[in-house]
Amino acid sequence: MRLLEYKGKDLLYKYGVEKPRGMVISSPDQIGQGLKYPVFVKAQVPFAGRAKMGLVKRANNVDEARAVARDYLGKVIQDFPIRKVLLEEGSPIKKEYYISMTVDRTNERYLILASPEGGIDIEEVAKEHPEKIFRGGFHPFAGLRDYLVNELIKFMGIQGTQARDFAKVVYAMYQVMMDYDAELVEINPLALTEDGKFIAIDVKIMVDDNALFRHGDINVEEEGDLTREELEARAAGFHYVELPGDIGIIGNGAGLTMATMDLVKEYGGEPADFLDIGGGASRDIVKSALTLLLKDARIRAVLINIFGGITRGDEVAYGVTEAIREVGVSKPIFIRLKGTNEEEGRKILAPLNIKIYDTAEEAVQDLMKSIRGDGK
Amino acid sequence: MILVNSNTKVIVQGITGSEGSRHAQYMLQYGTKVVGGVTPGKGGQSIVGVPVFDSVEEAVAKTGANTSIVFVPARFAADAVFEAIDAGLGLVVVITEHIPIHDALKFVNYAKYRGTTIVGPNCPGVISPTVSKVGILPNSIYNKKGPIGIISRSGTLTYELSFLLSQAGFGQSTVVGVGGDPVTGIDTVETAMMFEKDDETKLIVAVGEIGGDAEERLAKAILEGKITKPVVGFIAGRTAPPGKRMGHAGAIVSMGMGTYAGKVEALRGAGVPVAKTPLEVAKLVKERF
Repeated sequence: MRLLEYKGKDLLYKYGVEKPRGMVISSPDQIGQGLKYPVFVKAQVPFAGRAKMGLVKRANNVDEARAVARDYLGKVIQDFPIRKVLLEEGSPIKKEYYISMTVDRTNERYLILASPEGGIDIEEVAKEHPEKIFRGGFHPFAGLRDYLVNELIKFMGIQGTQARDFAKVVYAMYQVMMDYDAELVEINPLALTEDGKFIAIDVKIMVDDNALFRHGDINVEEEGDLTREELEARAAGFHYVELPGDIGIIGNGAGLTMATMDLVKEYGGEPADFLDIGGGASRDIVKSALTLLLKDARIRAVLINIFGGITRGDEVAYGVTEAIREVGVSKPIFIRLKGTNEEEGRKILAPLNIKIYDTAEEAVQDLMKSIRGDGK
Repeated sequence: MILVNSNTKVIVQGITGSEGSRHAQYMLQYGTKVVGGVTPGKGGQSIVGVPVFDSVEEAVAKTGANTSIVFVPARFAADAVFEAIDAGLGLVVVITEHIPIHDALKFVNYAKYRGTTIVGPNCPGVISPTVSKVGILPNSIYNKKGPIGIISRSGTLTYELSFLLSQAGFGQSTVVGVGGDPVTGIDTVETAMMFEKDDETKLIVAVGEIGGDAEERLAKAILEGKITKPVVGFIAGRTAPPGKRMGHAGAIVSMGMGTYAGKVEALRGAGVPVAKTPLEVAKLVKERF
C-alpha cells in the first residue's frame, strides 16, 4: 500500500528528516493563519503526475488557499476520493537529489538507488545516463553499513557537514524501511536548500500490505492509496478490477484468472472484470463475487473458472447456489470446475441445471456461442 | 524427479489447523510418507493417524523426517520456517500466503546459509506424480508419471497445465510450484537447473505471469548454455491492463522488464516457444516429441 505524501513525510520526520513547513487539512475551514504565504496546495492522491493534472497549485493568501482546497476536497480522481490536502511553504532550493531504498527481489537483499540529478525527470536520467545512477545493495543480515553510505556520499558529490546531514537522511530511510515493513522509501526530490539543509520535498513510501497487522498507527482507509472499488473488494475479501468489456470472469488465483481473461480475448470476447477469489475462498466470498457480477448491468454472461487446490469445489458450489437463489439467473452462467472436491461440487450444483465444464476452453467456446447467438 | 521422491518423509507444521489437517490427509491418501505434525503446545495428540509434536526438533528426532510443509498462519509462519531450518531439514515447502516480504527475505537468506531448500512461500508445493506429494495440488489429476518437468509461478495455473498435459498423454517427472511472491526460495531458473540434471526430465514447461524478471532470467540462462533441454513457455496476463507501479525505483530497477511482450521476446530470443493458451502448451510439447 502506498502511503499518501503527508503520511510518508510524517514517518520520515519522526526519524529526523526535515520537511517543508506546512499543515494537513481535511476541510477548508482548518486553514487559518500561521503559514507564510505564498504556499503550495497539494491534493493528497497516490499517483504520479499530480502537477500536470492541476492537483498542485500556488496560493498567495488564506482565501486563495481555501478556494483551492475546497475545489480539491471530495473530488474523485481515477476512482480515488481526495480526503486530505497538504499546504506547504515554498523552500529556496539550491539542488535536487534522488534517493530511494527498495527490496531487490532478484538478489534477495535491499537496494539503494540515488542520483545527484533528482526531480521529476529521474526516469529519463536513468535511461539516458545510467552512469548518473548509484546502485548499492546490502544484505539483510549485514544491514546498512557506513562504508556503503560513504560510497554513496562520494558519488553524490556531497561534502563537509552536509555529508553528515545526508548520512542522517539515509539512515532515517533505512529505519523507516525496517520499522514499517516498507517495500519502497523514496525521496524525490531531496532538496538542498540555499541555507544548506536537506528537505524532503516529495516522499513515496510503500508499506507491505501483508505486514499492516503490525503497524496499528497506519490508517489504511485514511492514509492509503485504495480506490473506492478496492476498498469495497477489500471488505468483501476478493481482488476485483473493472475492465471495459461485457463478459464477467471469476477465477481462483491471479494466474488462472488472468489466463481466463486471455482465453476469452483469444475467442473474441471482452472481459468486464478481473475477479480473483483467492486461495481457499469461503462460500460467502464466492457468493458476494457472483452477486456483484450478476447485478452488473454491463455483463451479458458470466464465466466461473475454478481449479481447486486449497479452494474446495463444494464451497464454491454452495456460494454459487446461494447467489443464484438470492439474485436469480438474469444472464447465462458457465462454470468450469476441477480439482479438490470437484465431485461434491458437481452434485451440489446439479439442481441448478447449469452445465459444468471439464476444461476452460469448452466453457469459453460455449459462452461465446451463446453471446453471438443472442443477436450480436 | 527432483526435490521429492520415495525417501521424502514429511512433517506438517500447523497440522492442527483446518488446512493443515485436511491436506495432511490428502497427502497420506496420495501415498506421501507423512510421519508427523507440529503445533506448539499440542504435542501428544494424534491427527489423521500421525503423531503431533511440540517442536520440529522433537518431531525430527522421533520420526526421522527430512522435509517439512508449512501451513502456519502468515503472522507466525516465518517463525515456523526458521524453526524448520534450525532443525536441519533439507526441504521446507511453505504453503502459507501473505507472509510479510521482509520476513521472507530473512528466512530465504537464512536457508541458503544453512543449506536448506525452500519452496514458496505462497505456493502449491511439489509433486512427483505417483510417488510423493508435498503440497496442496489436487490428487485426482496427478496419476501419470512422465518426461515433463513443470515449473510454475502461479498455483492454480500449475494444475491447469498438469491436467492438460496429462490429458494429451504427457505425464510429469516433477511439478514444482515455486510461488508467486516477490521473494521466494528456489526460483524458476534454479528449478530449471535441477531439471537439467534430472535424467527422467526430457522437456521443461515454464509457467509464468506478468511482473518480476523470472522469465527474462530463464531466457538468459538458456542463452548461456546452462539449460540445454527443450523448454516451452506460457505467461498469464497477455490482456491484463498495466498495473500499479512501485514508484520510480520499480521502473528503474526493472528497466522495462516484467511486461508480457518483454517476457515473450526474451523467451523467443532464447528459442523458447510461448503458448498463447494453456491448451496450446500441450500442442507445442507434442511437436517436440
